[in-house]
Amino acid sequence: MNVAIVGIGIHPFGRHPGMSGLAQGAYAARQALADAGVGWADVECAFGGSMAAGNADTLVSDLGLTGLPFINVRNGCATGGSALAMADRAIRSGDHDLVMALGFDKHPPGPFNADPEESGLGRWYGETGLMLTTQFFGMKIQRYMHEYGISAATLAKVAAKAFRNGARNPHAWRRQPLTEEEIARSAMVSHPLTKYMFCSPGEGGVALVLCRADQARRYTSRPAYLSAVSLRTRRFGSFEVFSPWLAPAPPGGRGGPSTDAARAAFETAGLGPKDVDVLQLQDTESGAEIMHMAETGFCKDGEQEALIRDGATEIGGAMPVNTDGGCLANGEPIGASGLRQVYESVLQLRGAAGGRQVPGQPKVAFTHVYGAPGISSCAVLTR
Amino acid sequence: MTTLPEDKAVPVAEGLFSWPGRPRLTGGTCAACGTTTFPAQQSCPRCTGTDLRATPLAETGRLWTWTVQAFEPKPPYAADGPFTPFGVGYVELATEDGSGTVLVESRLTVADPARLAIGAPMRLTFIPLRRDASGAEVITFAFEPTGESRQIGEAP
Repeated sequence: MNVAIVGIGIHPFGRHPGMSGLAQGAYAARQALADAGVGWADVECAFGGSMAAGNADTLVSDLGLTGLPFINVRNGCATGGSALAMADRAIRSGDHDLVMALGFDKHPPGPFNADPEESGLGRWYGETGLMLTTQFFGMKIQRYMHEYGISAATLAKVAAKAFRNGARNPHAWRRQPLTEEEIARSAMVSHPLTKYMFCSPGEGGVALVLCRADQARRYTSRPAYLSAVSLRTRRFGSFEVFSPWLAPAPPGGRGGPSTDAARAAFETAGLGPKDVDVLQLQDTESGAEIMHMAETGFCKDGEQEALIRDGATEIGGAMPVNTDGGCLANGEPIGASGLRQVYESVLQLRGAAGGRQVPGQPKVAFTHVYGAPGISSCAVLTR
Repeated sequence: MTTLPEDKAVPVAEGLFSWPGRPRLTGGTCAACGTTTFPAQQSCPRCTGTDLRATPLAETGRLWTWTVQAFEPKPPYAADGPFTPFGVGYVELATEDGSGTVLVESRLTVADPARLAIGAPMRLTFIPLRRDASGAEVITFAFEPTGESRQIGEAP
């Protein structure tokens, strides 16, 4: 049984004083239902979650007490990807015909303050000032630049592209283009990454209505098919956030959950990176976008310098990356972030992405989300 | 950085390093596959073995990567005094018996990017974080570039 996405909904990303994360989830759910032309009572099963804004299943008191099975998902940055994977399986198994996946969040301003003990680490790790995702991002790209010759100028180019794309996206948070110079000269946060090279925790909600592929045209004339969705955790030797120690690099390299998840998704889909027309990669900061291009198989390590310089990752380039502005322009409401990538992919496959539409009628889209403590989810979508 | 009278200093957590005496970081080495972890743990994440022995780590190693923490972290970060930026890095360390290698994440005593470089030789030291209720200095481990190490008692 194949799976199609027939309804998409989003609550604008950013800051929304006075509106709860749950309310932003409900807004996105209603948008997705309207897009598919169905009611909440038609949804047979739902999967959803947030990191910091409450239990998704309490949305039934707002959307309707229909008695459906509704499963809360809490899987770090891969919360949305995990909800999507389970919604996919619920249909593929033949158990359900019409399913919702949703995610939302609402984080206070400033960096995430993670609890070491929740991650199985000693409290000392936080007390001594090591429990910061931003440090990991700085140290991973620092090493990568050293090994593969990526320049600081390229870090600024990635962020400038994100804000340019965000300016063309009505639901993005940061819609003001910034020059590479403004980005490079902004305050240094975690060397070599500056303030405007980082995304910020934020708010937003996304919902998707999925159905059996053979029933998709009941709901829409432009279905997007979910060819594969995969989820992987870290293996021995990889370099991940919140690691008090690392092993020496194993023979064959450190690998990582992003490499594993991308490979699994492409294998299931029977497609490869060369088939993809538009891709959304986790860009918690500009270094992550660069490294994830190679980890997910779209180029070799070090090729990013020339690809980015030559405009390959721009809308209109050979491999457009983060056409909606990514995390950098949208911020990161953790529960919603991975599903935002899928929302954007469906818009692009429909040819409905407006001023940021990738030319040439894209046929294959790819998404990748990564998070603590070393978890990745990837999806391949087609039309 | 190293002017800490041992009788007034307490480690931030048990088991991270030997103290007082001849302080060394304490890793754990797997009897089955030789993997070394830091801190020591009960089971091996590589081979799933459960026979791990405490292993002192070498005092010196090379900087594998680094960054600078430019803003004050939110709690549970707990340090006295006004915040000043600090370096953070992974230092590649052999076990003292030379049987294994582990990259340990650590505070660095240096926060100036011009004084930090991948591959630079580093040496173990200890830094104060805060005073506890009894007035004792709570300390943690850190690494400093070996070219900049000072004798105990020498002015910084």
